Amino acid sequence: MFKLSDNPSIDTATKLVGLAVVMFAFVFVVMVPLYDVLCDALGINGKTGAEAYTSVPAAVDESRVVTVQFIATNNEGMPWGFSPSTSTMKVNPGAVNDTVFLARNPLPFAMVAQAIPSVSPARAAAYFHKTECFCFNRQPLDGGDSAELPLQFIVDQDLPRDIGTITLSYTIFDVTERAAGDLASR
Amino acid sequence: MGDHHHGPAKGFGRWLFTTNHKDIGTMYLWFSFAMFILGGFFAMVIRAELFQPGMQLIDPAFFNQMTTLHGLIMVFGAIMPSFVGLANWLIPMMIGAPDMALPRMNNWSFWILPPTFLLLASTLFMEGGAPAFGWTFYAPLSTTYAPPSVTFFIFSVHVLGLSSIMGSINIIATVMNMRAPGMTYMKMPLFVWTWLITAFLLVAVMPVLAGAVTMMLMDIHFGTSFFSAAGGGDPVLFQHVFWFFGHPEVYIIILPAFGVVSQIIPAFSRKPLFGYDSMVYATASIAFLSFIVWAHHMYTVGMPVAGELFFMYATMLIAVPTGVKVFNWISTMWRGAMTFETPMLFSIGFLVLFTLGGFTGLMLSIAPADFQYHDSYFVVAHFHYVMVAGAVFSMTAAIYFWLPKWCGRMYNETMGKTHFWISFIGFNLTFFPQHFVGLAGMPRRIPDYALQFADFNMMSSIGAFIYGASQILFLYNVIATIVAGEPTSEEKVWDGAEGLEWTLPTPAPYHTFETPPAVK
Repeated sequence: MFKLSDNPSIDTATKLVGLAVVMFAFVFVVMVPLYDVLCDALGINGKTGAEAYTSVPAAVDESRVVTVQFIATNNEGMPWGFSPSTSTMKVNPGAVNDTVFLARNPLPFAMVAQAIPSVSPARAAAYFHKTECFCFNRQPLDGGDSAELPLQFIVDQDLPRDIGTITLSYTIFDVTERAAGDLASR
Repeated sequence: MGDHHHGPAKGFGRWLFTTNHKDIGTMYLWFSFAMFILGGFFAMVIRAELFQPGMQLIDPAFFNQMTTLHGLIMVFGAIMPSFVGLANWLIPMMIGAPDMALPRMNNWSFWILPPTFLLLASTLFMEGGAPAFGWTFYAPLSTTYAPPSVTFFIFSVHVLGLSSIMGSINIIATVMNMRAPGMTYMKMPLFVWTWLITAFLLVAVMPVLAGAVTMMLMDIHFGTSFFSAAGGGDPVLFQHVFWFFGHPEVYIIILPAFGVVSQIIPAFSRKPLFGYDSMVYATASIAFLSFIVWAHHMYTVGMPVAGELFFMYATMLIAVPTGVKVFNWISTMWRGAMTFETPMLFSIGFLVLFTLGGFTGLMLSIAPADFQYHDSYFVVAHFHYVMVAGAVFSMTAAIYFWLPKWCGRMYNETMGKTHFWISFIGFNLTFFPQHFVGLAGMPRRIPDYALQFADFNMMSSIGAFIYGASQILFLYNVIATIVAGEPTSEEKVWDGAEGLEWTLPTPAPYHTFETPPAVK
């Protein structure tokens, strides 16, 4: 065993301080990134991945119909009008589906929003692919403006048979200040 | 005691600048008792409000501050420092060392505590009140919705973490380097073993707690979004980080208690501890398992089934080493020449009630059942059975057991036994009915409740007042012992006690084992 000091007590203590520092760093360097990676990889916590889904190799499964429900929620203090254009769609696994969410900024000044998706049941998250989603980007809206926010998705053919209904929920957050801060720091 | 020993210095400076492990141990014990009274007072406020349904005495916001501060002060201010105090007093005497390995750091690790808890308690008088988010301070309650005093709370947690880490490093350095010749690891008293393992747990997880509060601090003041979904973070991450600290933390609290009863039960059974080796391995296994079960505190947060199952089975596995310990204690008493002095009464009380708390823990470990029990009074009953009847009872036993050795005076046995029986009855009256109201659906941390819970809550409150009052008797008994107890100079105060500390003169001199003893 290597020695950090001739005094054995100081040696032990120094190594233990090292252990404490490593554990402090462990929280930031390992736990936080690992949590994000695991949530993305396993689709747990309803996270559906922040990237667009690209490959669509297999055919449409006409024999099966899955109900997809849409929910829109405003985070605390977010004044926008925000709602799905249709609350329910019946889709075939493998088919490409399009819908829009409606957003309106009622305030007289420009704001930036970010929508965060969540899928229930969590088990379905890994089988719900978005090829195009307004949640991939921040959404700026000038004061008083409205917008149709597009969403294109595919329900995977491998979706477990016992899942008949998938609920996609978006919570919209006001990130105006954060967006301004990012611009300023650039 | 030889004349060449210089005694303690005079006046307040003795305590402020002391590097003597016995002085520091004494200060830790008194400090933790003061915190125990303060945290107990908060508990009395809680129970007074819950005496009857409806809002009686305090408003809900203040009630939340009480539950938060009660938890924080009892865990970090009362139980943890009390066992550090015991370690300071006893570990050098048990392994034949003259003092702790790093006496100046020892002084520091104590003296940063009182200002920290003064700071924490002072948040009660700040604008917005004290922290009110529960001792588990889940985000976003502790970030987005926290009172301004949360920053002082974060600073207190940082400093008390630092104190714990310094204290632990000191204990490990002492045990690893300062054992008397011949005192091999497998000859160490079990109290030393449990503390060695506890200290490693502390060094490993207190920095994780520091990391969690640091992330809170950055979320609140520096615009990061570790726990804020608006910025791409996740509040659930907080619960994972917190319980990665929090679960080992509960073993940090209970392992030294295991050590204490492992010293006391053999002494009053007049038999060596049954299964010493298995006790050591069981302690180490519990410590290891504590790192892989954290998510059983958060079954309802939305985990994949595989995760629920893993954490459920891993949690149930802990019952195996814990069961080994319980059976070893019982086997130690089996056919022993038992007597029931106060320390033994508290140890047996510990054994019975801790086992009950362990059983409710097993019930809670079953993930599907936990969805019903979660955040109910059943959980409150469970963890008070392991924290109060576990840690506090064993700590009380330790005081009665070693106090005569420390001050050379015997406590009043009748008063001690009275204290035990009042505590035992008061404790069970307080917490046993909470199992029932919990199973019936009464949520924890709520200042009001449905009418059908009224009778059990009144019983609980009466029990709490009895238990609280019994601690005044304890305080009186300890002070009366120190001031005017019957003097004793027997080296072995208890005829069945074994260990190096019982070879020293009574009362234990200011300096001991300046030449290491020979250990066979």
